[in-house]
Amino acid sequence: MKAINRRQAFALGGGFVMLTLMPMAADAEVTNDAAKWIEKFTDGKTPAKGKISLDLPEIAENGNTVPLSINIESPMTAESYVKDVMIIADGNPNAGVATLSFTLLSGKAEASIRIRLATTQNVVAIAKMSDGSLFMEQKTVKVTIGGCGG
Amino acid sequence: MADKPRIKLPKEAAKGEVIQIKTLVSHVMESGQRKDAQGKTIPRKIINKFACEFNGKPVFSCALEPAISANPYIQFDAKVDEAGTFKFSWTDDDGSVITAEEKIALKA
Amino acid sequence: MAPRYVGLAAAFVAAASVATVAFAQDAERKGIAAPPGHVFKTIISGYEFRSKETRALQDDDLENPGFLAVERAADVWKKVEGAAGKSCMSCHEQAETSMKGVGAAMPKWDDKLQKPVNLEQRINICRTEHMKAEPWKFKSQELTDMTTFVRYQSHGMKVAVKTDGPMSPWFERGKQIYYTRYGQLDLACESCHERNNGKFMRADFLSQGQTNGFPTYRLRDQRLVPLHERFEGCMFDVRAEPFKPLSDEFLALELYVAWRGIGLPVETPSVRN
Repeated sequence: MKAINRRQAFALGGGFVMLTLMPMAADAEVTNDAAKWIEKFTDGKTPAKGKISLDLPEIAENGNTVPLSINIESPMTAESYVKDVMIIADGNPNAGVATLSFTLLSGKAEASIRIRLATTQNVVAIAKMSDGSLFMEQKTVKVTIGGCGG
Repeated sequence: MADKPRIKLPKEAAKGEVIQIKTLVSHVMESGQRKDAQGKTIPRKIINKFACEFNGKPVFSCALEPAISANPYIQFDAKVDEAGTFKFSWTDDDGSVITAEEKIALKA
Repeated sequence: MAPRYVGLAAAFVAAASVATVAFAQDAERKGIAAPPGHVFKTIISGYEFRSKETRALQDDDLENPGFLAVERAADVWKKVEGAAGKSCMSCHEQAETSMKGVGAAMPKWDDKLQKPVNLEQRINICRTEHMKAEPWKFKSQELTDMTTFVRYQSHGMKVAVKTDGPMSPWFERGKQIYYTRYGQLDLACESCHERNNGKFMRADFLSQGQTNGFPTYRLRDQRLVPLHERFEGCMFDVRAEPFKPLSDEFLALELYVAWRGIGLPVETPSVRN
């Protein structure tokens, strides 16, 4: 019995190459509405760096289920707390992912969700504080589209 | 959608303690981006809002988009100042709402 | 640079970095020592081939979406259905005790049918013969849920199929199928899962093709996938005409592949790519 030969490896790999390249080529032509989401959420103000720690895998094993954890530094008191956090993905067909709303009863401004990423892209989080100030963080997640379909 | 949501939180907490709440609900989260075998777009059907309140006061909520994975998992925290009841709700695009409740006691 | 070339370059960069991580993971794969005369020296669960995020998802009883099926079926277990007015519970009482170890030893010889049956078939035999209810269709949520639930009662127990006695010709048939090349790509199960497991292909790791986690929650499908559906998928991928789910061929293969993972802990409901 032989090992997988070159031709077989190519045939099996072919599907992967097509799948990986096609969405990327398409994305370059279709505009993702990330800018609109950001504009609406920030009212045109520029968010500052810091306060947010955004945890995502560097490489997602499968774009269907990518774990996302977020933690925003805040005392969470009536004087100063995190109100809303918008999460968007700049390479998905629609940029919107989720908008989290915290209260004083949240105790901590942290949450975990699982998200879908269609391709390699940036995930952006913008936090709006009780005093109106804005903070932003982003992470790039590489999404491989491969494996055995079946 | 008659499935019971899965929720994990401690049975009791010290006054003022911040606890972690994990929730998982069964839902297909049909994105509206997929096509069926005939090439027709499968209409979007997702949970578009999750909310948690404690003794009638909002704790945490989120607006969800089709980029949330099937069987949505949502984890967050809550500060417990008194004994009481957490109410959870997941709102579907079709208007139906999945609800659940969990009680928590204060540590003596 | 034209947009599509940027995409191309990005794909190469991504592939290269994935490969780097691939090597890092390789060294960490743990397995169990195989019994004498086994094809592998070390038997390794598909769990070991997955990323740390996917493993974490499986390991957390609350986060693991497979438990939604376990809980659904726990309710169905108590539900009376069919002309005999029985539920699963009417005969088997608490699944936690009566079903312990059952899923770990499947497929198992059935004296009446004079052939081995797997868990899905056993559940449907119960439904038709004892409950006088309609059998569930293969791939239906009901059948996959119940299979998952019963198998979960053996969680952590070792895969322990019997391959001797009347099972022996079925074992040999399964082995023959395992080593037979199928499809336009002319590949056998062996080509990928014995000879090349651990290697990186199609942007993923080839596993040993173990069955200890089935039915498994596949991230790709975002639902639980029964073993024979996965077999079908493999055959489809090598561009062969797949055998039918619950056919004698897939049953023989299920028995043989279960033996290849003998001693591995049952992980159902596992999470895989």
